[in-house]
Amino acid sequence: MFESFLVVVRRDLTLAMRRRSDVFSTLFFFVIVVSLFPLGIGPELNTLRLIAPGVVWVAALLASMLALERLFATDFDDGTLEQMLLAPQPMFIMVLAKVTAHWLVTGVPLVLMAPLLGLQYDLNTEALGVLLVSLLLGTPALSLIGAIGAALTIGLRGGGVLVSLLVLPLCIPVLIFGAGAVEANISGLGEQGHLSMMGAILVISLLLAPLATTAALRVSAE
Amino acid sequence: MSSRLINWFKFSSPATFYPLAGKLIPWFTGIAVVLIAIGLYMSFFVAPTDYKQGEGYRIIFVHVPTAWMSMFIYLVMALWSGLGLVFNTRISAMMANALAPTGAMFTFLALWTGAFWGKPMWGAWWVWDARLTSELILLFLYIGFMALQGAIEDTRRADRAGAILALVGVVNIPIIYYSVTWWNTLHQGASVSVSKGSSMGETMLVTMLIMVLGFWSYAIAVSLARVRSLILERERDSTWVSELSEVRR
Amino acid sequence: MLEVIDLECVRGDRRLFTGLSFELNPGELLHLHGHNGSGKTTLMRAVCGLIYPTAGKVLWKGEESRRLGDDFNRDLVYVGHKNGIKDDLNGSENLRIASVLDGVPISEQQAWEALAKLGLRGHEDLPTRVLSQGQKRRVSLARLLVHRAPLWILDEPFTALDSAAVELLQSVIREHVERGGMVILTTHQEVSLTRGHERQLRLGWKEDGDV
Repeated sequence: MFESFLVVVRRDLTLAMRRRSDVFSTLFFFVIVVSLFPLGIGPELNTLRLIAPGVVWVAALLASMLALERLFATDFDDGTLEQMLLAPQPMFIMVLAKVTAHWLVTGVPLVLMAPLLGLQYDLNTEALGVLLVSLLLGTPALSLIGAIGAALTIGLRGGGVLVSLLVLPLCIPVLIFGAGAVEANISGLGEQGHLSMMGAILVISLLLAPLATTAALRVSAE
Repeated sequence: MSSRLINWFKFSSPATFYPLAGKLIPWFTGIAVVLIAIGLYMSFFVAPTDYKQGEGYRIIFVHVPTAWMSMFIYLVMALWSGLGLVFNTRISAMMANALAPTGAMFTFLALWTGAFWGKPMWGAWWVWDARLTSELILLFLYIGFMALQGAIEDTRRADRAGAILALVGVVNIPIIYYSVTWWNTLHQGASVSVSKGSSMGETMLVTMLIMVLGFWSYAIAVSLARVRSLILERERDSTWVSELSEVRR
Repeated sequence: MLEVIDLECVRGDRRLFTGLSFELNPGELLHLHGHNGSGKTTLMRAVCGLIYPTAGKVLWKGEESRRLGDDFNRDLVYVGHKNGIKDDLNGSENLRIASVLDGVPISEQQAWEALAKLGLRGHEDLPTRVLSQGQKRRVSLARLLVHRAPLWILDEPFTALDSAAVELLQSVIREHVERGGMVILTTHQEVSLTRGHERQLRLGWKEDGDV
């Protein structure tokens, strides 16, 4: 069981390494969106410091939506998805493996890039640290929740837009607590509460989202 | 026990449900018209003027019941979806399908009347109040459900995919509501919260209940009518449909 | 071993078949016939468990396959229209990943042997993207050589294969049946599969049902 988990993760990472452009497009999207806001709002540092947590988090949310479409689509197209459904392995583990690989490829670069972008907004070191931690807890949850939407929309016309329509409302709590943690730190309220809520959301989505994704995959693969 | 179960499943077959729904629709329509008429009369002429908010507050007799309905209908929709997934009954999915537009309409009405209420009370059409924000997210969930169903051509896949989405939404609603409330209290003082319930007079409560019952009957009538057309559409090849008098003409 | 009872499948608005029953025992091969769109693929996918039939059930060793879950999947190889291989991976990577997921991990050596047997010598470490349709099909079919599952469900396994490969696959199938395996397959090609234990099922005729 654990072996099959590793095999799927390693397979998806190998595939991602052989198609590097997919990884970079998500990351660049994130960087560009975050860099656009000062251009729209003005270079006033006090304003920027105020909106920084929200901007970075919304951009991270949108960037992870962008990457979702490919999560199951290629596996569906070449038939490996139906082979996974028929493999004598718990589908829960397979889904978890796919999501893990997806997060490592699209989520982790965002997390690592975020402090750099935070500097553009003049966040202090402590706030940058909280931003990093909040993204570290939040992006896996986004991938897990997003997987449900990706599984539901496999093979549909306009699937990419539809995924966002389905998944974004469900991701609102992650956004609220993620951006909230950084804001709370900046305003001196302490980020503990927010971060523990994010941890709770991550645990809940770890337990429930793969179940819903599995059910959705079975429906979509018919 | 088992005979009762069989009875229930009998009505889950489209052929038996179709005429039953046809008979029920006029009744629920009638009840809806009467109750909503009484409710509106009471809200305009019977309920006393609020000493703090004047006449403008009367919109809550529409606003609060629509908000309740918008949430109830989502729950009922999720319930039908769950039943459909577990028992594989076709009618359940159709019920969920038929409820979604009505639920979305009530959500929209709740937001709209909320805006009308907000303008004189709070001085702004839109306030990022926890309830308003959650209601807006609920509207997004309804729209997502309908968009997903619309995007899938195969009806069976559409039914089951929609059902999964509705269930996922139901699990999420408490988390969303909680997070929005927290977010709201963090960002602004309690200045905009209008306390209901305790300050509500008896006439007001009765009026709202009448309105809710009226809306319920309306929702049932409308969704039954929608289910009937869904049945006709999906079962158009079966013999019992071709034998219906309204189809033969 | 495998029993299909009163199966009914609906695709879109069309009822493809209803009340379909058959039985398959060790050492038997079931050859599905039927024109395009008669529901052959749907039937196979329903037997695998990829499609939820609207009525009826599939029994494996006397138990419902859906309830058996992974225990049923362990006894099954399905080769569908889609090859189920990753274009960016090479043949042996594809085969080894599939074998781990199938629960019968094989070594690099075994993978190369299986691929060589299917005439892919010298192509083992090329990404399958650069292979021809027929060669991709061979990579996909190599699973049959390394998997020891008793039930094979093969949807048009001969498409895109050249005559030598068709010959080879026929002998592989024949051996499997003689060893006591079970095969369900469709093909539009005229092939001689086994002597004796071959059953035929025709779909799309008026009289659907028992063989």
